[in-house]
Amino acid sequence: MPIFTYREAIRHALAEELTRDPNVVVMGEEVAQFNGAYKVTEGLLEKFGPQRIVDTPISEAGFIGMGLGASMLGVRPVMELMFWSFYSVAFDQILNNAANVRYMSGGQINCPIVIRGPANGGTNVGATHSHTTENVLAHHPGVKVVVPSTPADAKGLLKSAIRDNDPVMFLENTMLYGLEGEVPEGEHLVPLGLADVKREGTDLTIVTYGRCVHHSLAAASILEKEHGISVEIVDLRSIRPLDIDTVLASVAKTNRVLIVEEQKPFASVGSQLAYMIQREAFDELDGPIHRLCTVDAPAIYSPPVETEQLPNPRRVLEAALRAVAGSE
Amino acid sequence: MSNTAASAVEPKRASAPAARGPATSAPVNAALSRDAKIALFRTMLRIRRFEERSLRAYQAKKIGGFLHLYIGQEAVAVGCCSLMGKHDHVITAYRDHGHAIAVGMELNPLMAELYGKSTGCSKGKGGSMHYFAPDKNYWGGHGIVGGQIPLGAGLAYGLKYKGLKGAAMAFMGDGAVNQGAVHEAYNLAALWSLPVIFVIENNGYSMGTSQARSSAGELAKRAEGYGMEHGVIDGHDLYEVRAGMDKFLRAAREESKPAVVEIRTYRYRGHSVADPDNTYRSKVEIEEYRRTKDPIQVFQNTLLVEGVLTDALIEQIDAEARAEAETAAEFAEVSPYPTPEDIQSDVYWEADNPSQRKSHGRLFFD
Ligand SMILES: Cc1ncc(C[n+]2csc(CCOP(=O)(O)OP(=O)(O)O)c2C)c(N)n1
Ligand SMILES: [Mg+2]
Repeated sequence: MPIFTYREAIRHALAEELTRDPNVVVMGEEVAQFNGAYKVTEGLLEKFGPQRIVDTPISEAGFIGMGLGASMLGVRPVMELMFWSFYSVAFDQILNNAANVRYMSGGQINCPIVIRGPANGGTNVGATHSHTTENVLAHHPGVKVVVPSTPADAKGLLKSAIRDNDPVMFLENTMLYGLEGEVPEGEHLVPLGLADVKREGTDLTIVTYGRCVHHSLAAASILEKEHGISVEIVDLRSIRPLDIDTVLASVAKTNRVLIVEEQKPFASVGSQLAYMIQREAFDELDGPIHRLCTVDAPAIYSPPVETEQLPNPRRVLEAALRAVAGSE
Repeated sequence: MSNTAASAVEPKRASAPAARGPATSAPVNAALSRDAKIALFRTMLRIRRFEERSLRAYQAKKIGGFLHLYIGQEAVAVGCCSLMGKHDHVITAYRDHGHAIAVGMELNPLMAELYGKSTGCSKGKGGSMHYFAPDKNYWGGHGIVGGQIPLGAGLAYGLKYKGLKGAAMAFMGDGAVNQGAVHEAYNLAALWSLPVIFVIENNGYSMGTSQARSSAGELAKRAEGYGMEHGVIDGHDLYEVRAGMDKFLRAAREESKPAVVEIRTYRYRGHSVADPDNTYRSKVEIEEYRRTKDPIQVFQNTLLVEGVLTDALIEQIDAEARAEAETAAEFAEVSPYPTPEDIQSDVYWEADNPSQRKSHGRLFFD
């Protein structure tokens, strides 16, 4: 299988869908001439021209709302947010228009739009630029939320998202753009709402997604080698729709759960997961559900300390040991 | 002037002048047939009778939430929407009943929506502020002040992208002009020459705040900062609205030119029916507008002078409008409510089309 970076995989998904469907348009700040703030869209302007690859002003409420309006007429815009952190200035368009218009019209309208961009900390850009927004987005029925962790998943999920008739929020990660991985050749689609077991194990289930999958994989190999603990890692890939069945099947196998997420603890994705696991697999649990989050404060700038605020392999390892020991 | 005419509208206030301005002979008005003029008059009257009936239903506690009446502003929606061609689109705010009727929505589903019934235009899921009819190029009905304006620019973007010759009319109130999203949409429209007309329905007040207390400068002139065309139209006179808007609509359709148009109008009722309307404007002011500028009265008098309407015809049209509103109320009354099972349909396209669903996993979390 060919090897591509996460960045290239996303670019290939965009290029393939632009080629397949003339209604697909890529828009955002610096996506065209500048080749993308993170070079995700590099070369697309040259290939597809300015009608399809459109530089927007710094005007998130305006252009996201405009994309939504165009999507009601059948255009399929893929809007880039330079950082998901900037969704705050377009929030009304996302939660009142993208999420609600179908409902308020009694099902007469749908908005086939994708909003994509990175949502992560770890790059020392401080509190305004490090928001992880998947829990807030998934809170709103009407939108779908996807967070891929590998190049193959990024490509396959983005292609599915672009073909989806509902609004899909696609959350990438700047720390993963350079990550390499195998990507299947030919048409590669990953359906939304399907979790992926990234590592099989018997003693502990780690439920996670996004970059934390990689922290968990790193911790799992140490746990295996040095502690003889066999960890199963479930990568959710999609937050809404959510593949809870794969999570529950893993819990039934290991009887212990650690949720790892780059989220602040209060009302996080993990809060919802913990609720669902205890509700639907209470008898399978040999101990309380454990959770590892970002330390509960705005994102700190100080580079070495930010690493400690976020989940990292060492913190995952420690949390896993606590979860297996059933201790706090 | 026809003060003695059996005014269908407000018998004691029949002193509004007939329209005489140059708009009367503007081509778009001169081209109107007798029947077309009567139809315009009828539509305005149907809006008013519908809303008066809905107000009674509200007072009888048949309707929940907010009810923002359009009474006094009818010439704006009817004038603008009467100019719509196949590829022209409309989006507006929560004061949306007039536009809905003007684009051709039926009264029964509109009234049923107010009653929260499953036969409503949005199956009882949207309510008064959220009427939609995409089949009539009507994209709502939006509750967040100014939030619909970027969508309006998007409709224009969609038209342009698809190479269709049409225009989007994005309506807002005079209060909405101070929202950031509106200015972002102005900039995008001007920057990319989108065929959108931003229509400010200036009724003088945003809730209880007068224009003077909320907006610096002249409203439409803000377009100059974006290099956009702009204009001001007298919204009490249907002919003026049509003549003024026709020019901007043509520029949008033919040359893909956006514009900001302020249409001066007035609302006779409170901001919503919950507004006692006794703190921010005088009864005298309201009375003066009703007496001299009521758009239905003005157009009625115009058509009487033109010999298009007769007292008998006015009475007939009014009786029909009242009966239609009454029938709509009866329809709404006997219609069923949605069921609790209906709460979770119309959220996701995929959930509503299970045979075409491609995703897996749970979409709902009860
Ligand atoms: C963002 C937002 N802020 C406040 C409100 C509450 N609100 C609803 S209508 C309104 C007044 C708007 O006035 P205007 O734009 O002039 O429209 P009109 O009601 O006169 O048609 C206000 C403050 C709202 N719906 N949305
Ligand atoms: Mg107003």
